[in-house]
Amino acid sequence: MAAVRIPPTLRAEVGGSRELEARGDTVADVIDDLVERYPALGAQLLQDGELASFVNVYLGGEDIRTLGGLETPVDDSESLILLPAMAGGN
Amino acid sequence: METRAHAASLLDLVGSTPLVELQRLSPKPSVRILAKLEGQNPTGSIKDRVAVAMIDAAEASGELTPGRRLLEPTSGNTGIALALVAKLRGYPLTCVVPANVTEERRRLLQLYGADIVDSPPDEGSNGAVRLALELAESDASFFMPFQYANEANPRAHYEGTGVEIAQALDRVDVFVAGLGTGGTLMGAGERLRESFPEIVIAAAEPLPGDEVMGLRSLADGYVPPILDVSKLDRKLLVTNAESIAGLRLLLDREGVFGGVSSGAVVHAARRLAEELDEGVVVCVLADGGWKYLSAGFWDADDVEGSMERSVWW
Repeated sequence: MAAVRIPPTLRAEVGGSRELEARGDTVADVIDDLVERYPALGAQLLQDGELASFVNVYLGGEDIRTLGGLETPVDDSESLILLPAMAGGN
Repeated sequence: METRAHAASLLDLVGSTPLVELQRLSPKPSVRILAKLEGQNPTGSIKDRVAVAMIDAAEASGELTPGRRLLEPTSGNTGIALALVAKLRGYPLTCVVPANVTEERRRLLQLYGADIVDSPPDEGSNGAVRLALELAESDASFFMPFQYANEANPRAHYEGTGVEIAQALDRVDVFVAGLGTGGTLMGAGERLRESFPEIVIAAAEPLPGDEVMGLRSLADGYVPPILDVSKLDRKLLVTNAESIAGLRLLLDREGVFGGVSSGAVVHAARRLAEELDEGVVVCVLADGGWKYLSAGFWDADDVEGSMERSVWW
């Protein structure tokens, strides 16, 4: 089971949890597992089967978009972080 | 009589910043880490490059005419840089700033002559962007350079930051910079890839505290139009604790007094240096520590809790 950190904006969809456990060999599988249990997450995280553009997913602290995208393999010991895309830039 | 060279204006001193080796911070002797000290710019940050480039471009295109009021969403550095340019070129400036930025940044904006409009503290930089776009929409007399979508931003780094690094070094294996608007990474990254085709372009980005992520839904998230994530090779999240550890190391070991994003960038640079057998890592230190002194990052015991409640870069 991989630990998945949930941002404040999505906690209402998962009953208020800050962190959830989810199962899957790839990032896509982990997200599918979450969406199966919390269907309201689906519309927020995915667009046409792709990761929604305003969502960032990090595996081991690295953005999956610079890893293997949704097909990036997930180790049980790794944790995922979901975040909204934030403007930075001082 | 000998005459010494001098600059005609402070704006002529923007860029050409020093590059220094951080020998004591490299995890292995075969990997060199070099830092571009952007805090040496006239207002103390890398944003001087962007401010000058955006105003030059707008004046050249005729879009910005004398006396027009400038408007920009900023958590500090871009506003302070724009305030200097605005003062010397004769434009009034309004900055939209998250209400919870440090007092130093607010004071500096005021001292340089900017007017400040507060945006909701719990919306972070996204809130400042949203409010500035609304204000610009409602009043056509504003001219908004808008660093997030202005091509002059990455171009300043393509023609400045990137060229300076490429000319200074024979080899660069990894380039690390903080991710905010994406200007540095896109512009300098593209220029460096031309000289060093195998280079790894790496972004360090902050893990924001829960309290500044108070967005209504993920669809309110914001991706700057100038940022193309597909041009990044790595994108690393850096926690507040890691940024603090990085900025303390910078000062303790190298005597470099850097800001929060510099701490994050140094943390990422060391992590990426670990992955190399040998090579050169160049990192961009965007500003000095001065504007963050009141936050106590260098000596207070528990700064991470208070960090969660504000926007740092």
